[in-house]
Amino acid sequence: MLLNGDEAIAWSALDNGFSLGVGYPGTPSTEVLETFGALGGRAQWAPNEKVALEVGLGAAFARARVMVTMKHVGLNVAADPLFTVAYTGVEGALVIVVADDPGMASSQNEQDSRRYAIAAGVPMLEPADSQQAYDCLARAVEISERWHTPVLLRITTRVSHSKSIVARRTFEPAPAPQYERKAAERVMVPGHARPAHRRLRVKLEAIRAWAEEDGNGTLLYAPLEGADTGLRGIIANGISTVLAREAAPNTAVLQVMMVHPLPEQAVRRFAAAHTQTYVVEEGDPVLWESCVLAGAAPVRNPPIYRFGEMSVARVTRLLAGETTPETPPPPGKPPQLCNGCPHRTAFEILRDRKAIVSGDIGCYTLGVMPPFQAIDTTVCMGASISAGLGLRHVLPEAEARRVVSVIGDSTFMHSGLTGIAEMLYNPPPTGHVVLILDNGTTAMTGMQEHPATGRDLMHGPAHKISIEATVKAMGVPNVVVLDHVANPQALNDTLDRAANEGGLWVIIARRPCLLAAAKIKQYDAANAVRN
Amino acid sequence: MKTFNIVIAGLGGQGIVKASDILADAAFRSGHDVKKAEVHGMSQRGGSVNTDIRYGEQVMSPMVPDGAADILLVMDASQIENNRYRLKPGGKLLTSDCLGSIEHGAPRTAAVAMLGVLSTSLDLGVPAWHAAIRAALPEQHHAANITAFDAGRAYARG
Ligand SMILES: Cc1ncc(C[n+]2csc(CCOP(=O)(O)OP(=O)(O)O)c2C)c(N)n1
Ligand code: SF4
Repeated sequence: MLLNGDEAIAWSALDNGFSLGVGYPGTPSTEVLETFGALGGRAQWAPNEKVALEVGLGAAFARARVMVTMKHVGLNVAADPLFTVAYTGVEGALVIVVADDPGMASSQNEQDSRRYAIAAGVPMLEPADSQQAYDCLARAVEISERWHTPVLLRITTRVSHSKSIVARRTFEPAPAPQYERKAAERVMVPGHARPAHRRLRVKLEAIRAWAEEDGNGTLLYAPLEGADTGLRGIIANGISTVLAREAAPNTAVLQVMMVHPLPEQAVRRFAAAHTQTYVVEEGDPVLWESCVLAGAAPVRNPPIYRFGEMSVARVTRLLAGETTPETPPPPGKPPQLCNGCPHRTAFEILRDRKAIVSGDIGCYTLGVMPPFQAIDTTVCMGASISAGLGLRHVLPEAEARRVVSVIGDSTFMHSGLTGIAEMLYNPPPTGHVVLILDNGTTAMTGMQEHPATGRDLMHGPAHKISIEATVKAMGVPNVVVLDHVANPQALNDTLDRAANEGGLWVIIARRPCLLAAAKIKQYDAANAVRN
Repeated sequence: MKTFNIVIAGLGGQGIVKASDILADAAFRSGHDVKKAEVHGMSQRGGSVNTDIRYGEQVMSPMVPDGAADILLVMDASQIENNRYRLKPGGKLLTSDCLGSIEHGAPRTAAVAMLGVLSTSLDLGVPAWHAAIRAALPEQHHAANITAFDAGRAYARG
């Protein structure tokens, strides 16, 4: 089969008998669960990544095989359970698939998830292509069940979204879920957590020892053509492995699949066999640092290579010690809000009102582009509401009144509710206005469902949370629902009222995403028949 | 056999990713090692999209190195100049200019018609192409796309 990395992981989850896949959409991780669901696996979107990981660890306490998927920034949201599930361990297999985006093809930062593996003490595997992605999930199950530990499976954009050939394999059937009470391992009061931390470090050393064996934690590739006259060796991880092999075909490459804990002896042995050892990696110098700690003394890369993606050309430059500035490729046409997108109307109005817009993440972030240029801040999912409150708290009154928090429906369900709680609990003197752009889908990442769409991951019927009923129940005094495309004046008038009267406002501007509208109609019609 | 490199570029909504899937699958069905990479936004229409397809005995990087494309197929005139650097010296540039002269170059099948044109420069058999088209598209679109592919191929053969 010709599969991309995400699809390969989904096939592997199917073949390894995973009971559950749960996650929150995020490029480039989204297709893992979509594919798993399409293949007949039980796949669910959670409201956010923290919830997803908690559902996952519960399932893994009950001896199930479960994967939790997210993009790199999602792991920030899920970091709290991550650090402590490392202590509790699991009974079944808990695999956290995290997709990094070096070069930021579609992300707000290029943070490196490998840091989390080290910080939390969770083993991490990293594949270089789709076959390895398929195999790494099986490997992760093996490690997770044998050492009762969660395992991180890190992929990057080029592994997620590149297709290569995959051969399926057959595996032992998964054990049936069952419950066994182990309070001393699962209830993390300090008296339980202290020994748990010690156990974790012992486990990691045992896993490191296992990973020392060739094929477990590392793969050694002899030169493709001839042999390196300079006796260089390259240590690489993930996609950089194949880039290095292409850029330096006469050089031996050691691929590190077990990113953490590093198979230190294997790395030292490889380095000792070469006069000069290079590390080829994207992102932070994590592999380099680990190799240094292992005593392998690799060459230190110039700082320019920590930014963006690697390529064959960049590896060639790196190996030549090139530090001259790199020429960026000619710019393409940047993404824009579709013609006819309902967000366009909203940003025209906000622009013309000269609002100070505390923005959020989604298609609507493109409201920062001309001809709108109508967003002032965007940091992370959910920050629109809370950061808008911060602005309101301290700005002089006239400016404070111009502040509007703008958030999408999926983002609101992800992390907007706590912002509303904060708004009600600590209201700014001028009040506040939250504008929810409810286009009925998670458009940015490819039209996924969420808890307020009334449909599940496979677009079948599900409970539909009413955003207006929720914020009313929380106590927001002014809640207005309108269709700003059919009636732009209504939005303008409501914003006027909110500015003049003060107080707390939630305006829900409801109009389906233009690209999703036809599909939403189809799903709802099909679901109506099923009911 | 050396690795053969193709880059397909255009704008979101032009069927570039589908076309690249079909090409990669046709190469796979012809027994080659294949890798395919793509760069595109997930949803919004109209931004730049480009995809790299490589096939041969053993393919390493899924991305075609800059200046190494044997063929650059561009589906939108606005995307030619910013992608020209992908082409190797002496590589072949195919643009969608000829679509007007191809009978089935209608917008919905334009990318597949251009695959027909492209196919005359590659050593992949027609049955592999047809099978790849069928595998990539829902059944109701098979006939129109196979006709478009054949028309593009016939046009390019003159
Ligand atoms: C913590 C985190 N998880 C996931 C993402 C990926 N992501 C970016 S925006 C978005 C949701 C967009 O949906 P919505 O708010 O409804 O706006 P729309 O795109 O529909 O306009 C997602 C999932 C992210 N940036 N951060
Ligand atoms: S995909 Fe939908 S929400 Fe996103 S820009 Fe297009 S119409 Fe707007």
